[in-house]
Order: sequence, then structure tokens, then C-alpha cells
Amino acid sequence: MPTIGNAQLKLLEKLCNACAVSGDEGEVRKIVLEELKGHAEDVRVDALGNVLVTRAGSGKKRLKVMLSAHMDEVGFMLVTDDGEGLFRFETVGGIDIRQLPGKAVLIGKDHLPGVIGARPIHLTTIEERKQKIPLDALRIDIGPGGGKVKPGDRATFATRFQRNGPVLIAKAFDNRLGVVTLLELVKNAPANIDLLAAFTVQEEIGMRGAKVAAYTFNPDLAIVVDATPANDLPGWDDEENDSFNTKLGLGPAIYIADGNTLSDPRLVRHLSETAQAEGIPVQFRQPGGGGTDAGAIHKARSGVPSVSVSVPHRYSHTAASIARLDDWKNTLTLLHAALRRLTPELLASERG
Amino acid sequence: MTDITPFLKDLLTAPGLSGYEDPAAEIISAKWKPLVHEISRGRLGSLHGLRRGTGTSPRPSVMVATHMDAIGLMVTGIVDGFVRLTQVGGVDPRVLPGTLVMVYATGAGGRRAIPGVVVQPPVHLLPPEIGQNPVPLEYLFVDTGLPPRKVAELIHVGDVISYAQPPVELSGETIAGHTLDNRASVAALTVCLEELLSRPHVWDVWAVATTQEEIGMIGAIGSTFELCPTIAIAVDVTFAKGPGASDWQTSSLGKGPTLCMGPNIHPAMHKAMKDLADRLEIPYGLEYAPRHTGTDGYATQVTAEGIPTLVLGIPLRYMHTPVEVVAIKDIQRAGRLMAEFIAGLTPDFVEKITWDD
Repeated sequence: MPTIGNAQLKLLEKLCNACAVSGDEGEVRKIVLEELKGHAEDVRVDALGNVLVTRAGSGKKRLKVMLSAHMDEVGFMLVTDDGEGLFRFETVGGIDIRQLPGKAVLIGKDHLPGVIGARPIHLTTIEERKQKIPLDALRIDIGPGGGKVKPGDRATFATRFQRNGPVLIAKAFDNRLGVVTLLELVKNAPANIDLLAAFTVQEEIGMRGAKVAAYTFNPDLAIVVDATPANDLPGWDDEENDSFNTKLGLGPAIYIADGNTLSDPRLVRHLSETAQAEGIPVQFRQPGGGGTDAGAIHKARSGVPSVSVSVPHRYSHTAASIARLDDWKNTLTLLHAALRRLTPELLASERG
Repeated sequence: MTDITPFLKDLLTAPGLSGYEDPAAEIISAKWKPLVHEISRGRLGSLHGLRRGTGTSPRPSVMVATHMDAIGLMVTGIVDGFVRLTQVGGVDPRVLPGTLVMVYATGAGGRRAIPGVVVQPPVHLLPPEIGQNPVPLEYLFVDTGLPPRKVAELIHVGDVISYAQPPVELSGETIAGHTLDNRASVAALTVCLEELLSRPHVWDVWAVATTQEEIGMIGAIGSTFELCPTIAIAVDVTFAKGPGASDWQTSSLGKGPTLCMGPNIHPAMHKAMKDLADRLEIPYGLEYAPRHTGTDGYATQVTAEGIPTLVLGIPLRYMHTPVEVVAIKDIQRAGRLMAEFIAGLTPDFVEKITWDD
């Protein structure tokens, strides 16, 4: 049975602190490959940079189950060297530019530090402060000494992982929580299935890694492990917030429908029944927009029955996200139990 | 010259919002103790360090004022475990979303520091007219991630919240972090005191780390009256050229401290410092403040009968954001220049501060 102890927390910290903007996932890939040593024999890196792992089970009539977690995160690419250590940059993935001024960043493989400043408030006008600071007014500043940084380099927020009792704060919980969970599932793969694990690239810019990974694996079904926003804040006018997506502390979020995918009802039912049987708290993500790698996987080849399970966390795609330890633990427990209970009969059952 | 960076980093990591400067004062006091003969706190909390001069008593004295308080945020209320905010000092709310903070909680659980994040709520939880515009401070929250019951127990209305961005060394011997305004100047004054250990000076020196500058130079008002110096030097950060800042109000980062001129500054003091810098070949910039300098010098000048005042600036980028940037060299130069100025003060210097009309 997989558990979450100090080793897993350390691994999550390492993964969150790593920089792996879509298209430049090398640092997380390296950690993933290192972690898989001794746990799986069939490990490949494909043409796009996905890490594809197969752990064959030992029972009869085994389902080929694809589990997918994306390694990439949103971030920045430096695009112009303005001289004196100042660089123009573009965003990669869904980033609200109102989240950028006043943040520290890390650039490139060597994690060279930089900052995104803002005009001092003293030099702004009231009218100016009503407008958001446009991206073309922002620069990544590495200091006037310059350094081994050039256009094309990627940058991420510099936030370091921290824990305050039950609370976890870091950048890139989306989707390092998924990556660390999938790593634990591979290490503790149940024998009743063939576990096909894909640590994918480029999810944040259109699920591009998952598309080819699903083709390669050709699985019987797929479960995507991701991290989804908990927008469980109070509204400005004290009206009840009935559009929260998920809530922190209520356990793993099972997807019924998102912007790209209608989850296979048999898989939703299986997860729900597993949770009930095992006494694991779960929540159903409010059907709506957004999406996961399932959006690409369920359309692969002749189609793949798919579902997603996400760890709820607040403030996705910003410098500092918040998650709770218990939600992560319960996600891992739910997924492991659901895999153990999988039988080929499930896919023969009615969809409902 | 000793490396001032480790002390500065310590100081940047300490809280110390306006009115709540004790954590900063403790660090500064520990650092200054071996550098001064007496150390005490003023009635409004400013730290007063005295280095006695070699002249015969009663000696003239120079006060160097560097404010130690920081801008930040304060708890105004708690809604379902989320903390509502107001500002202490000038904060542009546009730099807040996603910012790491520390809440200095004083609720039922006793004093404790709780990490949190400034939250920009999703668009559908805000008044519709905000849309994609900046979210005003009144609609931002701080979230600690703790359950609402716990938050209500630990955090109290009025608790202060500081930025928690750790200091970062950037290239070209620059450093980024919050509260470099004005801990950079405290560091410069510390460099000055270290230099004076081996430099005899006739005058008494009052090294003062003032409180509540960010909300109206309050600490400097009380301390200047209490210490009644013969002359005063205020050291504060000034706008460095950089992204979003390039006009006449800005000075070059890393090209030396600025010598400010304008109504807050006695022209004879300005000229004396400028001549000294030229003689020592210490680089400096000239800064123009046609009205209020926005420094402790505004207060020192009009204390009691009036005190001849000088204002020195340390160029800093991105003022009042969590990632202010200064050049370490500018701190060292400001410290050395002040030490040379103080060591050169003759018993009759004050007679030279005249109006050359």
C-alpha cells in the first residue's frame, strides 16, 4: 500500500521546486527517471519527451490501464535581450498577467535568479493604477551584471515549497501533485492490471504529449491524475459561492465532465464505489470548463474510456498555490484502491 | 571593508512594519552594540546609538537617520477563513496577487507567524465591473490555507502582514528583496559606523534607526527633538532607473549614492558633501527634490529651532514591491562617504553652514 511520509513530501518538494515549462520538461523528467530506477524495467522516453513506463501485472485477463500525469507547468520564455540584464518575455500556458508584477523567477537549467518588478507606486497616477500592467511593460531583471541567460530560455516563478502543518504552499502543484502521485502508484503497482504510466509533456499548451502517449500505449482505459482549482472563496457580495469547481479538504475530485471530456460513466461509478467501500472522502468536480490530458487520450485510436481524478488546490497557475496534505493522501489512496478493484467486467457493464 | 550582505539579508528577513519595528530593531541593535558607546530606544521606538566624539564637551553632534520600518498589510476582518486587508504605507495592489506573505498573528493561540498568499479571487466572485482589470485591495484576501475555525482562533483584526519574498542575490552585485526600502540605508549607516571604529571623529554621532517613516516620518520627529543634533543626515532609498522608471526623478543603479538638493536640504551641507565626494573620487548622482523629499529629512529639518539637514539617496528599483533591487556597492559607498564626512567634521564646521547669498 502506498503511503505519504517524509520521503514522499521530500519528493513533492523537489518536484515543485524544479522548473519544467511546457516544451522544456527536462528537469522533472530527470527526477521521474531517477525515481523509477529499480521500480520498472520498461521505461522509455518518446519523441516528444514523454516518459512511458510499463509495469506488467501477473494475474489472468489483465486490463491495460493507462495512468497519465503531465510533467509540465506554466511559465515564461525570454524573447528579447534589452541589455543590462533586462529581458522581455512571453507567457507559456494560461497565466493571468495580473499575477506577474513583484515576483521572483528562476531562469534556465541553472535556475539563475531574476525578478519581475513594477513601476514604483510613487511614480504612478490613479488612472494608471486602474489599468493592469501590460506584459510589454514588464521585464525579467537578472541584475546589471548580466549572466548566462539568453532569449529562448524558460523561466518559472521562484517560489520554494513550504509546509505549515496540514497546509502545503508551492508553485506548480499543477501538476507535480499528479506526478508524485503517479510515481507512488508505479512503485506500488497492483498485480491485477498492466499499469501503463505516462508522464506527459506539453499539457498546458494543448495536451500534446498525452495524444501520442495514448497512441503508443493503446490502453483499455485511462485515468488521468491532475490537480484542479478549488475556487472555494467567499464572493464579494456575501452571496453563496455556488461556482467553486472543487473545495479544499473534501478529498480527490472526480471528473464527470469538463471542457474537453465526458468521463466514462463506468469509470466514474467505479471510483465512486471504491471511495464508498474504502471510506475515502471524495468530491465530484463541478461539471464545466477546463480540462486534463483525458481530452486527448479519450480520442486516441478508436477511443479510450477515460476519467480524471485531481487533487484540489487553490490558485493554480500563479506564483503560490495552496493544497492540503490530506487531499493528496486521499487521492493516492483512492487511485490505488480503484486500480486494485479493477476487473475486465467493468468495461462490459452498462454505461448507464 | 566587511561584507555587509549577510547583515542586510538578516534584516530583510525580519518583519518590522511601521509601528511594529521591534524585530528589525533587535537585529540592528545587536549589530550596532559593538559599534557604539550607548544604545537605547526613543519614546516612539526609534533605535538611538551614540558614538562619542573626541572633542571637548559639550560637543556638537550629527544625527544620521535611516528608517527601519517597512510597508505592508494589516488584517481588517476574516470571512470564512480568508483574511481581508488594508495597507500600511504605500502599496500598489497590482503587485499583490500571488505574493507570499507572513501573517504575524496575535489571536488566542498567542504570537505566531503564519505563512500565507495574497489572493486575487476569480472573476465570477468579484463585482462584474472589475472583469480583467486590477482588483482593488478591498477585494483581495490573504489565504493561509488553514481551516476557517483555526484562522478565526489564531488571527486577530489589526494583525500585521509582511511580504515574505526571501532576499535574492542578482548579478552585478545587486540584491533583490522586500523592505530594501529602507533597510539598505540601515546597512549603509552600519558600514559608516564600522568605518568610524578606526577613524577618530570630533563630533558625537547619533546613529538612528527611525520608526514609522512610511506613514509620515513619525519616529524621526520624536527622535530629532529628543537628541537635538547640531546637523542631520537622512539616508533613504531613491528611484533607480529601470523598467517603468526613466525620468528626471530617477538615478542610475550601481553608480553611487545620490546627493539630494532642494528645499529640505541645506545648500552648504550639500556642497560640503559634494566637494568631499569629488575629492575622494566616490561616484555619486545628483538628485532633485523640488518639494518634499519623502524622507526623514523632511522632519529633521523643522525640528525645534530648525536643523541643517542633508539627504543621501540609495538608488533602488521597483520601490514598494516585494522585489526591490539595490546595488551593494551603492550601500558601501554611501556608508564610506558618510564616515569620511563625519571624520572630517571640525569643531567649527557648524559655523560654515551659512547662507551664501
